[in-house]
Amino acid sequence: MTDASLPTTPHRGSLIEVDARTRRRNAAEKRFRLYGLVALGIGLAALVILLTSVLSNGVSAFRQTSLVLEMNLDAAVLDKKGNRDPEEMKKVTTIGYGKLIDKALKEAVAAKGIAIEGLTDKDVANMISKEAAAQVRERVLSNPDLVGETVTVKVLANGRIDGYLKGRVTMQSAERDSNVTPNQLRLADALMAEGLLVKAFNWDFITGPDASELRPEASGLGVAILGSAYMMIIVLILSLPIGVAASIYLEEFAPKNRWTDLIEVNISNLAAVPSIVFGILGLAIFINFAGLPQSAPIVGGLVLTLMTLPRIIIPTRAALGAVPPSIREAALGVGASKMQTIFHHVLPLAMPGILTGMIIGLAQALGETAPLLLIGMVAFVRDFPAAPPEGFFDPAAALPVQVYNWTQRADPGFAERASGAIIVLLVFLLVMNAVAILLRNRFERRW
Amino acid sequence: MEDMRLADRTASARENKITARGVQVYYGTNHAIKDVDVDIADRTVTAFIGPSGCGKSTFLRCLNRMNDTIPICRVEGRIEIDGEDIYDKRVDPVQLRARVGMVFQKPNPFPKSIYDNVAYGPRIHGLTRNRAELDEVVEKSLRRAALWNEVKDRLTSPGTGLSGGQQQRLCIARAVATSPEVLLMDEPCSALDPIATAQVEELIDELRENFSVVIVTHSMQQAARVSQRTAFFHLGNLVEFGETGQIFTNPRDPRTEAYITGRIG
Repeated sequence: MTDASLPTTPHRGSLIEVDARTRRRNAAEKRFRLYGLVALGIGLAALVILLTSVLSNGVSAFRQTSLVLEMNLDAAVLDKKGNRDPEEMKKVTTIGYGKLIDKALKEAVAAKGIAIEGLTDKDVANMISKEAAAQVRERVLSNPDLVGETVTVKVLANGRIDGYLKGRVTMQSAERDSNVTPNQLRLADALMAEGLLVKAFNWDFITGPDASELRPEASGLGVAILGSAYMMIIVLILSLPIGVAASIYLEEFAPKNRWTDLIEVNISNLAAVPSIVFGILGLAIFINFAGLPQSAPIVGGLVLTLMTLPRIIIPTRAALGAVPPSIREAALGVGASKMQTIFHHVLPLAMPGILTGMIIGLAQALGETAPLLLIGMVAFVRDFPAAPPEGFFDPAAALPVQVYNWTQRADPGFAERASGAIIVLLVFLLVMNAVAILLRNRFERRW
Repeated sequence: MEDMRLADRTASARENKITARGVQVYYGTNHAIKDVDVDIADRTVTAFIGPSGCGKSTFLRCLNRMNDTIPICRVEGRIEIDGEDIYDKRVDPVQLRARVGMVFQKPNPFPKSIYDNVAYGPRIHGLTRNRAELDEVVEKSLRRAALWNEVKDRLTSPGTGLSGGQQQRLCIARAVATSPEVLLMDEPCSALDPIATAQVEELIDELRENFSVVIVTHSMQQAARVSQRTAFFHLGNLVEFGETGQIFTNPRDPRTEAYITGRIG
């Protein structure tokens, strides 16, 4: 080394003066920091815009306008034979109830002395949601003794009136809208002043079923939340044991040869396969071949399990691999078998990582839409699925598909509903991620 | 080299615990250990010395079949413990490792309590019948590792919270708790400060009364201080093996002499 010719020591100036090269390097560093800040700023701005738009559109879905009416449940209409037999009373359809509600509202308007020029009877009747008659009918059929009494009922107002109270419908827009007249809006103002038109927290949005195209005011997420929950139960039950077992085998037991290499590459590939492909697979195998029912959470759960498995195996293997070899050696050194080493030492240490991967995989599955469209989860389902396990085979909706469904509908009331559903979905995802972080901090151990 | 305790060196006439004959180790195509014959005597400290990469750790790990965990590693030859070939097909390495304990270079206590660290071996091998017996084994092991007085009031606190030297003694206690016949130590003091090193060395000397100890070390002073017999490895060969005093004062092989005097390594 001694005879290797080194270049002569370069001339160096004062340390106080920064030379050109150093200046260039410092400038490059400054530029790079700036790029980072700009990227971060763009990301944050996008997030803020997304959240504000979703919140500003969707928060109103959690409040709903209703009419509070004193209503006489006329026995002559509702129970002609007078025997209060629910089977007989079922013959009276919602049309009969609708007339009674219309009458109750008209009487209330008259009693309060509200007079609006040019207001027709039809205008008054259209203030009420088409769902209202069904609400009252259900209440009466479950309690036939109410017939003949005068009761206070709280029925949904029409979606346009609801929109007026939330600022979506204005006098100007009402003039151009065939579904609502300015007179109705004036009546709404008057009813509000009298305390007959009220806005309250909308529990039905969270617990109720979906409603048809014409009545956005009655639509709810209950079936979708239940369907998503059922699918998550199936995904959890199937993918946790299969994913962890596969990861442990691949990471700890499998011989390192061409076959395991092939499997590893394909697990990574599967994680990158577009989710709609899994939907087609589910349609072909679970519905066409195995004959499972369409729109059922069991099929959705199985498809999402297939999609989630590689996404769970990868972080689980990483977590197992991150356990320091010294711990394995220590266990083997005192004479633990391979199984004992893994289950007593490696797995507990890898647990926070495994749980985090698991929950993030589940959260992805919860938000997945495309594969569910293909297996019929996009269907309009009003009936709640039964309790598990039979409920797994009943038709149900799913949260992200419900969002998709509502954005397809024409009535502007559904835009608000879709944003509200996104908020519910985001809350679920945030809760799951928070749990993942909590678990990680809770179980994280130093070694 | 002043503190070489040559007076301690009772030329051991004890019987051999481990006999290795013609041991070859291959890592894939790399021939890491070449034809090594070693006799390890019972209740003696045997030191393996040699420059880095000479195969002394590899050979040590053959003695409890820890090399089995490395897929590309292949061992040939015969290694017998009490006359039984440990590489016989019928031998379960798990059972072997209960009899041949190991202490590693870096202290590696389990991230569990001090008590559970020591009790783990006896538990999985079913060495105790009840809690009282287990308590006794834990206490005895910690006393043997000269750690009892320091930790007896905090047996439930995590083993990873101890200092480096204490952690290494905890690992020794853990290895001792399964009542092994042979204790393998792979550079047990290389991560410790001089005071902790002195404590561990003292401990090794005491352990000699009950166990046959094999220690790999980079420090020739350490080998000289603690061992009765020394084996010098170089490039996968066992160059010289004999009484520690003789190796350090009167080496037969020029390579040994070169290493001891600091010319190779």
